Amino acid sequence: MATIQPISEEHPDVALVERVRAGDLSAYDTLVRKYERQLFRIAQHITQNREDAEDVMQDAFLKAYEKLDQFQGNSKFYTWLVRIAVNESLMRLRKRRTGKLVSMDEDVPTEEGSVPRDFADWAPNPEQNYNQSELAEILKKTIQGLPPGFRTVFVLRDVDQLSTEETAEALGLSVPAVKSRLLRARLQLRERLSRYFKHKTPATSQAVAAPQGNGAEA
Amino acid sequence: MTCTEFLAILDDVIDESIAVETRAEIEVHLRKCGHCEVVLDTTRKTIEIFRCHEIYELPTEVSERLHTAIMTKCKKAR
Repeated sequence: MATIQPISEEHPDVALVERVRAGDLSAYDTLVRKYERQLFRIAQHITQNREDAEDVMQDAFLKAYEKLDQFQGNSKFYTWLVRIAVNESLMRLRKRRTGKLVSMDEDVPTEEGSVPRDFADWAPNPEQNYNQSELAEILKKTIQGLPPGFRTVFVLRDVDQLSTEETAEALGLSVPAVKSRLLRARLQLRERLSRYFKHKTPATSQAVAAPQGNGAEA
Repeated sequence: MTCTEFLAILDDVIDESIAVETRAEIEVHLRKCGHCEVVLDTTRKTIEIFRCHEIYELPTEVSERLHTAIMTKCKKAR
């Protein structure tokens, strides 16, 4: 079957990487600025520790700079960078757990998430029932409860919006493994957020904010 | 289409990578099944909420400190 050749549009990072290779450090400065927040976020999600995440971010950018010649260019620079940051994060975790092997590939059997149990509809714009810090706490608590492999897949696919293939490459997982983790991560997060965001009946609702419309139909 | 079959392709539905001929089957199922409709809507909402709210903020001063440290180390590594 004939395949459709995509029109090759050069990613803006390609030119920046070329400039860095030619000795232009300011181009690397641009790349660091572009991705530092994302890299920090991924490191924080894996290590669950702010200090470690800061160290990982620094080490990953330095390592990427030193190893730039090894970057083949057949993947995106960002995917390659994430892979370095993921490995650095796992090394940190290993150190903290005194040598215990930590891997993205651990398939943690979980009893929850594979089959949805909560079918209550959510309030419209449910996040508006909480202030910024309450919401951040809820989201943190919710995602921290997932196994590291699940939450990292979710963050790369759904927050960073990498493709399934890029996520697999960044994490050293197979495409089917990414797909299976993503489905379970999404369903588990949904199930957990339901506790906070579903329509509350007036008798059980906690006075968090003004009640939203209650069109219970399920 | 059963609920189990729908759940098996939930990710493809969310990522809009569903074959045209399956789309009609999904619509029929969702019209009949309130549970699957809720699961689809609230899973989409879950993703949207996590996408729109940064959990791990990197304050500007921290980001500047780290940025400077990174660039200093890179300069030395040249």
